[in-house]
Amino acid sequence: MNDTRPDPDRLLAEVADEQRQTARGKLRIFFGACPGVGKTYAMLQALQQLQSEGRHVLLGVAETHGRAETARLLAGLPRLPLRELEYRGRVLRELDIDTVLAAGPDLVAVDELAHSNVEGSRHRKRWQDVEELLGAGIDVYTTLNVQHLESLNDIVGRITGVRVRETVPDHVFDQADDVLVVDLPADELLKRLADGKVYLPKVAECARGRFFRKGNLIALRELALRRAADRVDVQMRDYRRTRAIDAVWPNRERLLVGIAGNADDEGLVREAARLARKLEADWIAAHVDVPQQQAGVERQRTAQTLALAASLGAETVTLPATTDVASALVACARARNVNRIVLGLRPRQPWRFWHRSTADRIGGAHPGLGLVVMAASVDHERVARRPLSLSGIDWLPYGWATLACLVATVLASPLLRVFDLANVVMVFLLTVAIVALRWGRGPGAWAAFVAVACFDFSQYVFTFGLMLAVALIIGQLTARLRREARLAGARERRAVALAGLAHALSAALTAEQIEEVALRNLKACFQAGVGLALPDAEDRVRTARSNAISMDESIAQWVYDHAQAAGAGSDTLAAARARYLPLKAPMRVRGVLALEFAQEGALLEPDEQRLLEACCNQLALALERVHFVEVAQNTLVAIEGERMRNTLLSAMSHDLRTPLTTILGAAQAVAPQVRGQSVEALVVSIDEQAQAMLRLIENLLDLARLQSRGVELTRQWHSLEELLGIALRALREPLRTHPVTVDIPEGFPLLEMDATLIERVLVNLLDNAAKHTPGGTPIEVRVRHEGGNALIAVSDSGPGLPTVAVDKLFDPFERGRRESVVAGAGLGLALAHRIVRAHGGTIEARQRHPHGAVFVVTLPASAPPDVEAA
Amino acid sequence: MSTARILLVEDDANIRRFVRMALQDEGFEVFEAETSKGALIEASTRQPDLAIVDLGLPDADGKLLIAQVRSWSALPIVVLSAREREEEKVAALDAGADDYLVKPFGVPELLARVRAQLRRRQADSTTGSSVVSFGDIHVDLASHEVRRRGEIVHLTPIEFRLLAAMIRGRGRVLTHRQLLHEVWGPAYVDRAHYLRVHMANLRHKLEADPAQPEHLLTELQVGYRLAGM
Repeated sequence: MNDTRPDPDRLLAEVADEQRQTARGKLRIFFGACPGVGKTYAMLQALQQLQSEGRHVLLGVAETHGRAETARLLAGLPRLPLRELEYRGRVLRELDIDTVLAAGPDLVAVDELAHSNVEGSRHRKRWQDVEELLGAGIDVYTTLNVQHLESLNDIVGRITGVRVRETVPDHVFDQADDVLVVDLPADELLKRLADGKVYLPKVAECARGRFFRKGNLIALRELALRRAADRVDVQMRDYRRTRAIDAVWPNRERLLVGIAGNADDEGLVREAARLARKLEADWIAAHVDVPQQQAGVERQRTAQTLALAASLGAETVTLPATTDVASALVACARARNVNRIVLGLRPRQPWRFWHRSTADRIGGAHPGLGLVVMAASVDHERVARRPLSLSGIDWLPYGWATLACLVATVLASPLLRVFDLANVVMVFLLTVAIVALRWGRGPGAWAAFVAVACFDFSQYVFTFGLMLAVALIIGQLTARLRREARLAGARERRAVALAGLAHALSAALTAEQIEEVALRNLKACFQAGVGLALPDAEDRVRTARSNAISMDESIAQWVYDHAQAAGAGSDTLAAARARYLPLKAPMRVRGVLALEFAQEGALLEPDEQRLLEACCNQLALALERVHFVEVAQNTLVAIEGERMRNTLLSAMSHDLRTPLTTILGAAQAVAPQVRGQSVEALVVSIDEQAQAMLRLIENLLDLARLQSRGVELTRQWHSLEELLGIALRALREPLRTHPVTVDIPEGFPLLEMDATLIERVLVNLLDNAAKHTPGGTPIEVRVRHEGGNALIAVSDSGPGLPTVAVDKLFDPFERGRRESVVAGAGLGLALAHRIVRAHGGTIEARQRHPHGAVFVVTLPASAPPDVEAA
Repeated sequence: MSTARILLVEDDANIRRFVRMALQDEGFEVFEAETSKGALIEASTRQPDLAIVDLGLPDADGKLLIAQVRSWSALPIVVLSAREREEEKVAALDAGADDYLVKPFGVPELLARVRAQLRRRQADSTTGSSVVSFGDIHVDLASHEVRRRGEIVHLTPIEFRLLAAMIRGRGRVLTHRQLLHEVWGPAYVDRAHYLRVHMANLRHKLEADPAQPEHLLTELQVGYRLAGM
């Protein structure tokens, strides 16, 4: 690839990143090697500076630890009241996010990013609080020590011998907009320590001697500086990439870490994270779910390790074991384009000489894959040892085994008289086999022992060995069969549950039915109390009435808004009794599901987790389907309503016009025959009034049409002169007694307008002028082009406008003079007003000097299309 | 001419009655039909000189009736239509109708249109000269010479072709499509604004008051008609 264009995918990702960051607040981290280097001090100084520049800053949390010089910097900074929470008899103060959000400052300072919140806070960790603040567009200043960085946590622990529990995921650090290293040479720090200027947390106090050794401090300082330099390096590379300085796009590395549930998994994951960062690689932490190997402790540990990997930036997957671990890992690697697999080193177990490690198998069968085998250190502090007590063993089967052997002895003794000894042994073998089959390996072995003891032939060592072997083999086989049967049963149960849910949901037509289905099916499926909350039209979630548990609506709302799980078993609002899960459909979150388990941590098993996810997906999809069905129905109703209105209007229009046609036609047909007779005037007045009525009906129907469906314009390029011609022709009769002059410049450009409607405007303005002025007075129409607009002025020389309520002229049913005998309920002007406004123009009425009225219509005029001259 | 036979196709009895009266007073012989089917029978047996057809017939679309009549007869057809059926009017004209009136219509207007159509039919049957005149305009179709009050008026080739097309229409309402197709060609049938610009030019050259034309009349949303020939 010699192309020097930047990789488009990366650029897109960067653009998306930038867009996210423009909406997000900016995070600046004051980063130090250890406590006492002056991070808080530096932060407060920066805050003072910003405030003097006039920015709205807020002090969220600042730990001065009683240091006078730091406390002095607090002066003048607006402080936020902290939330007081009682915890184990003590009142603790925590940052109150809602107050900060409500205050809406430009920037808020929150000390100690790694802090863990007291139980009962919204998030477990302060860095999550900070994320939410950033998400709301508020800038944040914060402080962090190198030892609190998740990926370096264990290294620092090894250097200093003190392991801190509070950590911050690396992505928070890597995605910070600014990292400011607050640095102090080791000697100076030691001097400050000697002067008592450094506060130490109580935990560290005892380790003071161990922690603050010069060697440690130098190592920590190096670590902090190097980590900060790494960040700068990444920025530099990013910069080069956007400017296409790199001539080559390196293929992105992708690592896959296999997690087995061993004690060294945590170390392995940390090592892998460091490796991934150095290689700039994406990485996946994969756990192969082999049922045989999973005791409760191991499952717990695996879940924790996966969570750790996720917090270190890995994508986590749990793979179902199809054949064996090695092939499952390789299949995943192939599917995801992974070029390196990272595995922990397993020492060869001499007593299982035939057993090959996963690494060996992958290396042997797939030499093309890069294989990294790491000997990760085991953090013994964190390893929960499996208890070695006898209390866990169920003694009853051993009793049964003993009893069975005694019964066999009783049965065998008479047989001995008849049969050869070698035959009687078979009775015991059968007993051992039955015991092993019934109660498993342990009782089987015990039965073999008891059988030989009853047999009382100490010289039959070989027989004993044989029996033991049979017991062990059968026990092993039975155990495996049982486990597999149990697993198959569990899988079956889940598949049935899921299929049942899918089937029930497919029949649901309303959100209420979905609620009911969810509550009924999930309760049986997870042995948990189930609740559901669905959003209303304003996006506020409402808990379902039939919920089996009481849901906290504020938590449900949070989950709905953020599309993240919360409540028990998560990092957010963990104090809640139930677990709240967002129902994410392709378009958006459709609701919130709450599950309340009888025992805690019941959901950590990957299988259950997957099942729950599948159920959530099904529910979300069903809700979305129902939503769209509803939308479609509403649209249909609207269309139907519209159609009915239109039918009604055109029926009315037809029914009103038809009799008028007859009246007009009859009057006009009679007119020539009554010429000169006394009834002629009557016939003429029938004709005239019918025509006036016709215009009134036209206006009424037009107005009704415009009001019912809004104004829909069919715009085309039309000539105003032509439309004026049509209007004048239509009004020949009413205008007969008025001399009309039209002044329109030759070559006046075409206007884009709805001709039928604008013709109605012109007809109404002219008709209005004819109606309200005495016969013989002239009417003038002037058309001009002015500043991108076309101006049409219709002026008369009548009595002018009524002095009051000129602005109400254009309201329907408003006439200039109430006592006027002139027909027309003022609909014409209202109609004209509506039509002109729909065209983006204006209409106004003015008095004319010395007398008369002028109506001016302004229509926007854009450049007309070209017409080929010929 | 006085014995011209007119077929009136209209389902409303009231309208039929006064139209018949007005036509008979003018000396026409009138036959009536209420339905499309009846109209076809009347048209073929009575051999009318002109038909007045309401578009909204109970048994079939008036458009179909026009197309059927047109397939074997050239008799002038005047259409009556309701106002909101703009597209139907255009379709009826394209199907072969010669003129249309919107309900409610004036009786004098109807009679004028009927007379104009009958005149056109007569003129069609006699071979006319190449010179036609309307108002104070004289047009020599052979020499492309146009005079107004005796003075030569200069028209561009497009304007002359447009005028000639209107003259050939002889008072028929010509739709935008028909005119565009005849003057500019089939590729231009959707460019009604061409017509509007050139028609405006023509009016300024030929009409006394272009804003209140006497001859080159606009039928809103439908087309143009040459009156007074």
